[in-house]
Amino acid sequence: MIPAAFEYTKPSTVDEAVRALAEGGEDARVLAGGQSLIPMLRLRMAAPTLLVDLGGLGELRGVRDDGDALVIGAMTRYADLLRDPLVRDHAPLLAQATATVADRQVRHLGTIGGSLAEADPAGDLPSVAVALDVSFEVVGPGGWRTISAADFFVDFLTTALGDGEMLGALRVPKQDGWGTHYEKFSRVAQAWSIVGVAVAVRRENGTIAEARVGLTSMGNRPLRARAVEEALAGAPATAEAVSSAAARAAEGADPPTDVWASAEYRSHLATVLTRRAVVAAGGIHAS
Amino acid sequence: MTTVQERPAGEVGAARKRKEDARLITGRTMWTENITLPGMLHLAILRSPMAHARITRVDTSAALREPGVVTAFSGRDVADTQGSLPCAWPVTEDMVHPDHPPLAVDEVRHVGEAVAVVVARDRASAVDALAVIEVDYEPLPVVLDMEDALAEDARLVHADKGTNKAYTWVFDSGEAGTGQGVDAAFAGAEVVIKRRYIQQRLIPAFMEPRSVVVDPTGDQHTIWSATQIPHILRVMVALVTGTPEHKVRVVAPDVGGGFGGKLQVTAEELIAFMAAQRVGKPVKYTESRSDSLVSAHHGRDQIQDVELAARRDGTVLGLRVNLLANMGAYLGIVTPGVPLLGAFMYNAIYKFPAYRFVCTGVFTNTTTTDAYRGAGRPEATYAIERLMDELAVELDMDPVEVRRRNWIKHDEFPFDTVAGLTYDSGNYEAATDKALELFGYEALRAEQASRRESGDPVQLGIGVSTYTEMCGLAPSRVLGALRYAAGGWETASIRVLPTGKVEVVTGTSPHGQGHETAWSQIVADRLGVPFEDVEVLHGDTRTSHKGLDTYGSRSLAVGGIALVNACTKVIEKARPVAAHLLECDVSDLEFADGAFRVRGAPSDAAGKTIADCAFAVFAAHDMPDGVEPTIDADATYDPGNFSFPHGTHLCATEVDAETGRVTIRSYVAVDDVGRVINPSIVEGQVHGGVAQGIAQALFEEAVYDGEGNLLTGTFIDYTPPSAADLPDIVSDRTETPAPDHPLGAKGVGEAGTIASTPAVINAIVDALRPYGVSDIRMPATPERVWQALRGGARS
Repeated sequence: MIPAAFEYTKPSTVDEAVRALAEGGEDARVLAGGQSLIPMLRLRMAAPTLLVDLGGLGELRGVRDDGDALVIGAMTRYADLLRDPLVRDHAPLLAQATATVADRQVRHLGTIGGSLAEADPAGDLPSVAVALDVSFEVVGPGGWRTISAADFFVDFLTTALGDGEMLGALRVPKQDGWGTHYEKFSRVAQAWSIVGVAVAVRRENGTIAEARVGLTSMGNRPLRARAVEEALAGAPATAEAVSSAAARAAEGADPPTDVWASAEYRSHLATVLTRRAVVAAGGIHAS
Repeated sequence: MTTVQERPAGEVGAARKRKEDARLITGRTMWTENITLPGMLHLAILRSPMAHARITRVDTSAALREPGVVTAFSGRDVADTQGSLPCAWPVTEDMVHPDHPPLAVDEVRHVGEAVAVVVARDRASAVDALAVIEVDYEPLPVVLDMEDALAEDARLVHADKGTNKAYTWVFDSGEAGTGQGVDAAFAGAEVVIKRRYIQQRLIPAFMEPRSVVVDPTGDQHTIWSATQIPHILRVMVALVTGTPEHKVRVVAPDVGGGFGGKLQVTAEELIAFMAAQRVGKPVKYTESRSDSLVSAHHGRDQIQDVELAARRDGTVLGLRVNLLANMGAYLGIVTPGVPLLGAFMYNAIYKFPAYRFVCTGVFTNTTTTDAYRGAGRPEATYAIERLMDELAVELDMDPVEVRRRNWIKHDEFPFDTVAGLTYDSGNYEAATDKALELFGYEALRAEQASRRESGDPVQLGIGVSTYTEMCGLAPSRVLGALRYAAGGWETASIRVLPTGKVEVVTGTSPHGQGHETAWSQIVADRLGVPFEDVEVLHGDTRTSHKGLDTYGSRSLAVGGIALVNACTKVIEKARPVAAHLLECDVSDLEFADGAFRVRGAPSDAAGKTIADCAFAVFAAHDMPDGVEPTIDADATYDPGNFSFPHGTHLCATEVDAETGRVTIRSYVAVDDVGRVINPSIVEGQVHGGVAQGIAQALFEEAVYDGEGNLLTGTFIDYTPPSAADLPDIVSDRTETPAPDHPLGAKGVGEAGTIASTPAVINAIVDALRPYGVSDIRMPATPERVWQALRGGARS
């Protein structure tokens, strides 16, 4: 299909981009990597009057070390993340989840900011972001502000970005000393997750000191499996403890029923995949 | 991996790289969508969003005011002239055959049916203008389920027909005299296995969307179309539109896949033809993927009620098949006949004596079904191979052994089957033994036993599928007996140019099969010319004026023989020329190693080649009286019988009992497709076919909601697998030549698809047996497997 007609602008600075968005009003949309927006335009499920292409904003692309966190520009492409040594060393969960996104072509065009701002609960990176408590640096007519991961994802395809605001960068806490794992389950390799589980675990001696569990495709937005996290905190690092904690993975979730899977099956998968993800992240052996 | 010894000498048997691939793979070729003609306009089609509705009003006038729009019209505007899309296979005398207008006039009967069109100066303007066409629909009741459709007070797809039943077609071996009556066989049975299998609806999903360009400005109206059947299309356009056939030229340029999905005379082709006539300028239509999935014909969609009778020693006594076949809303070119191609294959490689097949075609408010790779034969093979596994379980017998006890032995060919066919040749023992060895069958069974014993959460299953299929469609007499409108012959022409280069014109129409390479190999050997010196021309009715095109694994097994016959004629026409050049008597000449020599002369003696003869007739200065100045030849071939390739496929699956995920661990395909012209083409066909069969088993299904909306209307939702989702395939061959013709080749285009689906499902069910599972619906998604495990019984 062919998209409806639209105006197009490609600013070269963040200030220009913010101005263009403001001038475009509510029918302006940001074009990042285009991996969600362009299919929606082609299917005419979206018909913005203005596209503000952020592809020219070099300042929003790249990863830098900022002490206890990495700062990742919103226009950093998946493929950039996959070959970035800082991401590999300090945010391996992000790298592992990114490697499961769609296919090679998509990973060379899609951006981390695009994925997060799209806020599709079936996307892989939003659940990673909530698991890691990523901070969202956003910019708009009122300048820059920071939104926490807990507040950023509001509803299905809906974020806390205000009018004329766009995502500028992500502040990803370093996971040094944590074990992490992303467990993805999809129908075919290129498909969306039926369920995905992002886990970070910090062990102390023989126990799990702290665990963070993010769930993909288990509700209208990426979720934290709080019941699992509470059950794991201070629990012995054993397969039994993990198993009984993981059984609570779907508590409070509201998974969809769609052409790929029923809500019931998703809830079941969440428990299995959470167990597997925690076991892998925590280096836990069967006893 | 192929371990068959390649024959050393000559082109035939050599794994030549395909000469067409450079242009096909790079896309630097003439796909229909790449065609741009002077003054060409673009067409967009408005499709029905309703599965069943009366059209009470269509207003295209606003579209005419949109920028760039040249014309717009609806079905009402062309109701009297547009004709009806053809069905060439009225399978019974009383078949219900509804009108099938290219553009809906008063009623739409499935989502995606064409309702109105816009022609504009560019494609975007045409698509934009669709939005302002006003259509009022008055919803009518929708019927989607076949059993609902056959109920007493069913809602009707075609109210004027008074029924949703298209036909009932029966074959009974007792009545046909090809075997015994089936009731007696069941009365005497010690074991009866009764099952219902569902062949889910599939979408052919060729890579190149359908595309058509019509140029009405020349003396001939030229239609370029991404079709498998340019010759049939030409005849049908002439018949449907009344345009004299000699004023119609059809070209199938390079075509990117079909799988039966482009074996159709489409609404879009006729709409483009009408539009071009209205505006008097060339018009192009290329469908989007979304349009393609909802409007190009679908495949399969059958309910199979099957019953197998046997003795406790494993001997099968008889088979009853009761089939419901979903036609969709209308009848396509061979829609009613597709399930009947399966009718002859349910007995498969076995020699049981009694068989009854009843098929009822049913109309529903869904996209029309028609041929899809295998067309009837995958469905039949699936049912019988599932039943043979169930019989093995019932008798506590190895599934290979149950098959062995029933199959036709290699020394029993030719074999007259209970379904009335004569199998030409085969060696099921050899193919199966080879497959078992490559697979490591015994070791895998041992591993399976130990995993079952230890309660491993990942269970191992082994699936067996032995198959045969009827290829080489088709003997014209048989087609006539089955009430098909056309014959099954094929043609070939050879033109030897003055410089000795050769043009081959074939009536087959490749769309990815590699005919240019295989045909060149055959001609190179037969005429003694270099492979590179042969050019194969196809798919343009101006150069290839006759032919019956490509489908049903027919091109080599029928078209290839026409080509051999043409080569023989060339040699015979060159013989008196060579005799003249060598100053000898015709009867003293023999043709070998590419040259005519006097009989008994050493093989390095100077002779006269086909090229020599071609130049001599070009000059024609001193031809003897009565010798024509050409050695070109045309030939045809109408097969006396089908050919019957066969093989054994083995699949090992690992099933994760916690998630239901099925992973194919190993896959072995041993196929016997007769003599092989090009082993790498054969291997490619097997791999692609196996992939499509695995897709049916594990991944693909066209799903409608209760209102008849296609829920799987994008590739994201339809989930066709990619290479990442498919296993390594070990493919090998045995070679039992076709005995009825000089090539010995049998056909390979559909084998992989036919064999692989039951192999995979048998493997999954085998893995799940310890949990009390004896069947699984296709596609065997992780959720379905999980549900089956929870249900613990048939799901």
